[in-house]
Amino acid sequence: MWRFVVGRLLQAIPVILAVITVTFFLVRVAPGGPFDSEKAVIPEVKAALEAQYRLDLPLGQQYLAYLGDLAQGDLGPSFKYPGRSVNELIAAGLPVTAELGAYALLVAVVLGGLAGVVASLKPNSAQDYIPMSVAMIGICMPTFLLGPLLVLLFGIHLEWLPVAGWGDIPGDKILPSLTLGAAYAAYIARLSRAGMLEVMSQDYIRTARAKGLPEWQVVTRHALRGGLIPVVAFLGPAFAGLLAGSFVVETIFQIPGLGRFYVQAAFNRDYTMILGTTVFLSTLIVLFNLLSDILAAWLNPRLRAQYGEA
Amino acid sequence: MTAVNLTSVAQAEQGTSLWKDAWRRLRKNRLALFGLAVLTAFILIALLTPWLAPYAYDAQNLDLGASPPSAEHWLGTDIFGRDLLTQIMYGGRISLAVGFVATAVALVIGVTWGAVAGYVGGRVDAVMMRLVDILYALPFMIFIVLLMVVFGRNLLLLFLAIGAVEWLTMARIMRGQVQSLRQQEFVEAAVSLGLSPATIVRRHLVPNALGPIIVYTTLTIPSVMLLEAFLSFLGLGVQPPATSWGLLISYGAETMEEYPWLLIFPGAALTLTLFALNFLGDGLRDALDVRGSGD
Repeated sequence: MWRFVVGRLLQAIPVILAVITVTFFLVRVAPGGPFDSEKAVIPEVKAALEAQYRLDLPLGQQYLAYLGDLAQGDLGPSFKYPGRSVNELIAAGLPVTAELGAYALLVAVVLGGLAGVVASLKPNSAQDYIPMSVAMIGICMPTFLLGPLLVLLFGIHLEWLPVAGWGDIPGDKILPSLTLGAAYAAYIARLSRAGMLEVMSQDYIRTARAKGLPEWQVVTRHALRGGLIPVVAFLGPAFAGLLAGSFVVETIFQIPGLGRFYVQAAFNRDYTMILGTTVFLSTLIVLFNLLSDILAAWLNPRLRAQYGEA
Repeated sequence: MTAVNLTSVAQAEQGTSLWKDAWRRLRKNRLALFGLAVLTAFILIALLTPWLAPYAYDAQNLDLGASPPSAEHWLGTDIFGRDLLTQIMYGGRISLAVGFVATAVALVIGVTWGAVAGYVGGRVDAVMMRLVDILYALPFMIFIVLLMVVFGRNLLLLFLAIGAVEWLTMARIMRGQVQSLRQQEFVEAAVSLGLSPATIVRRHLVPNALGPIIVYTTLTIPSVMLLEAFLSFLGLGVQPPATSWGLLISYGAETMEEYPWLLIFPGAALTLTLFALNFLGDGLRDALDVRGSGD
């Protein structure tokens, strides 16, 4: 097991390094520097600014200096918000995005798992078709369409819930969490349905029934454990997807999270901010994938054996 | 001995029967047929848009402004008095074109990559697939946003960027197919006939892996279209005066409070297309009996 964990950790290092390198040089070759504004800047001021942000050094040295800063956890200053560092901006946005992501994941697992299990108990009946058709709609309808539609219905038409914001008015976290979680709820519904169907035909389920357990106990005590393994394996990729999805949801609902900062940085050509967030988010995603790989290996006794569990 | 030869010859002669068989199974799947019909209709409409569209693409009627659906404008008009149906038809051309062209890019890269890795094998295979693994681990949504910012927002780059992202699963599937196919006698026969590896891959391996390739192509198109719509929604994809469904949805979302039809109709067009493609893909997977692999 340890060999597996260490091996995967070592594999993650070149990936993260590649992300940093590619992002750094992409951002540097981008046409138009951050200080090329319409207003003419006095050459001395521009030179001073460039010196402050180390833009006057040769590219190779800039890269090494950036790596040096990174090693100390310093993502550099923001170009567009003078006096604020990328670290501060990330620290401000991350808790919001993390909370949104956690609620969305909760929505996805609870709603999706429930729908999938319910559907699997009576395959090819209305109890199966209705939740699964809803799930297909959830998969096909993009977040940026579902969000506005939910706002239109519950926010504007019915006036049940606030249309924007995060933590200002009670209930304003419901619509963003639903919007972000919906697509993943749909995937989880399909995964858990398939997983449960497979498990329910196994011998040990027949044994459980034969010894006279009520059906709900057969499901909760015996079937769920095996049937939901595919869902656990899906959580890693789902997390990466949730982060990307938060770009849209945070834009729609005007939530001051990382995703919104990233999109704004992209529009403002705030290069250090783009660079910093890309490096940060990528590292987070790579590490999360790593974690879910390790978790999956640990849950699966066969894989564990393959990697020499003592 | 002759009997064995005869049956195998007979099987080879009926090479099309696999497709007939698949078609027979697909025909029983109502949802897949529905998907195929919707898709065919949308593609025809997209191709014929310049002749079918009720109004000129850039025809404005500022006096009219945004108006709800009516006899003159079936789906209403936008805030500049432009016919929404016309907008959706022209937007669909771009959305579908991005979907098909970017998928074609992904297809060519993925099939070639996977076929070479699977056929050559050994160290080359290990290095090539390791690269695919590494690329899989990269957060691509973030990278595409970055690419669009750095290189400006042009359509050609959008095709390339999306295509470059979506080839990975295709490469894995193709490699798996080729690895199992190259053990078989007909490949050995082709080798002993002195055919070059490139010819063997092109003439013998790719045609035999066509089933999974078609299925995953059908399933790649919707994810590509979704990506385009996502980028256009953020303002990083298709740029005005050109339009796409994603862009129309983004405009619609801005004014949905006053003019909800501007959001609902483009949204319905995109959702219906994605629906159709997913159902068709699922149906083809069952009809061609492709085992679930990749993701």
